[in-house]
Amino acid sequence: MTAAHAVSSWRVVLHTLVGLPLGVSGFVLTGVLPIGAAYCAGWSLLYAAPGDRPMTGVFVLLAVVAPGLALAAVGRLAAVQRRRFRALLGAGIPAPARPARGRLIAYHLLALFTAPVFAVVAVAAPWAAARVARADTALARALLGPGRRAELSMRVESLARSRADIVAATDAERRRIERDLHDGAQQRLVSLAMNLGMARAGLAGTPGPAMRAIEDAHDEAVEALAAMREFVRGLHPAVLDDRGLDAALSGVAARAPLPVRLRVDVPVRCSPAVEAIAYFVVSEALTNVSKHAGATHAEVAVHRAAGRLRVVVTDDGRGGASTGGDGTGLLGLARRAAAVDGTFALHSPVGGPTTITVELPCGS
Amino acid sequence: MRIVIAEDSVLLRAGLTKLLTDGGFEVVEAVADADALLRAVAVHRPDVALVDVRMPPSHTDEGIRAALVIHHEFPRVAVVVLSQFVEERYATDLLSVRTSGVGYLLKDRVAHVPDFLAAVRRVAAGGTALDPEVVAQLLVRHRSDPRERLTPRESQVLRLMAEGRSNNGITAELRVSHSAVEKYISSIFTKLDLPHTDSDHRRVLAVLRYLRP
Repeated sequence: MTAAHAVSSWRVVLHTLVGLPLGVSGFVLTGVLPIGAAYCAGWSLLYAAPGDRPMTGVFVLLAVVAPGLALAAVGRLAAVQRRRFRALLGAGIPAPARPARGRLIAYHLLALFTAPVFAVVAVAAPWAAARVARADTALARALLGPGRRAELSMRVESLARSRADIVAATDAERRRIERDLHDGAQQRLVSLAMNLGMARAGLAGTPGPAMRAIEDAHDEAVEALAAMREFVRGLHPAVLDDRGLDAALSGVAARAPLPVRLRVDVPVRCSPAVEAIAYFVVSEALTNVSKHAGATHAEVAVHRAAGRLRVVVTDDGRGGASTGGDGTGLLGLARRAAAVDGTFALHSPVGGPTTITVELPCGS
Repeated sequence: MRIVIAEDSVLLRAGLTKLLTDGGFEVVEAVADADALLRAVAVHRPDVALVDVRMPPSHTDEGIRAALVIHHEFPRVAVVVLSQFVEERYATDLLSVRTSGVGYLLKDRVAHVPDFLAAVRRVAAGGTALDPEVVAQLLVRHRSDPRERLTPRESQVLRLMAEGRSNNGITAELRVSHSAVEKYISSIFTKLDLPHTDSDHRRVLAVLRYLRP
């Protein structure tokens, strides 16, 4: 509809003029022909003289063929009409997924009357061209398009599909980065730390600043290696693809700086995207607990029931957590869960304890 | 001691070869994937094989699977598995076949040359060497939790035992007296209902059997 605003009035005039013959042929093909043929056939059968039998035969034949012809014409004509709107008004009217013949026929029958009205107004009152175009397009959209409800559901479907594609692409990207770092920077750091380690071991006992420099460099290389490992494993652990969520969570729980009790009961594997998000949820939630909660214990429970994967992370900290913009990462968790139609719930009264519950679809 | 290395990174293969040669090992062959490793082990029958986990073609757990094949087919060849990440599940797989002559360490550990060489020698001699990280993961996975009854010091000792350290090793690591370590161990064994044993290897076995989920 917005496109119609920008259209010049001569295009609207041309559009409505082209609409005239189309309106007439639509009315004839879908209305006059089948009804007329049936009427003539009936009349001939009842009243025609014996000498007019051949004519009666033609009418009957026409009455039999015309409805099929009309039905075939309905779709084609609708397509032609839609093309008229796109070419002359720039208004794209998508064809309905399931052809709604009743609405199409209604449009073709109506067009006989609306087309001349639109044409006359467009020619006589060029300043009203935009309104004509709008009204004409609205009518066509309502009767030739998929209908409001179907259009929305088509839109929802395409959004859901593109969102799933984005989630999968993000996931694939994380895997790629993990793999690149594993094969590249990490191996180089190991090699560096190993060489410095050999130098340090070889020169053990040698006093002096050169030795101290080697020792410092070695210590730093080892620390860099540990930091890199932590980062890379957080991206997307290979064991997650390989052995699933249960296996991957051991590492997360073991590396948390506070004691974590882990209970996982997921007999059937979920989709890779959902597993990656569940892993991320636990990892991020535990990071959050260790940074902000002041907790002494945390508990992670993951189980699957009724086609949903339920992840619950509890801590005995001070509570008062929120998804507000305080950099706690909880908002990121909520967003990632929502990206796969999951839910996120945070229960964190001041004074604790805090419980994060995330449910993700895990098809049966 | 004769050793075969399997590592797909050219850089690390060369580095490990140098490190082990300098450390007194005879590197009989260094290969880049699991198939070549199994062939090399069959040909050379080394004392120990040093194996990377992620190798071609799929870059997932080739090294673990190769180690299990070696355990089955060449029971006299010890295996040290090296990886950028250690995973409790891989450790459980590795230890499912046998608990002697097996090691599973982070690649980070090669930076501490004397410790690393000692760990490889220990495994080659029929001992075990589990990375502290993987021991921590095994502890997390243990379901019933009488561990909570262990004191922090006892947990430390249990961890070192699971890594394959001897009493002397634990004494040195914790800087406590020999008799104190013996007291901790005795207390752990009592609390965990484990049989008292002297051999390091059987101790590790007992601990691991206990830890395994």
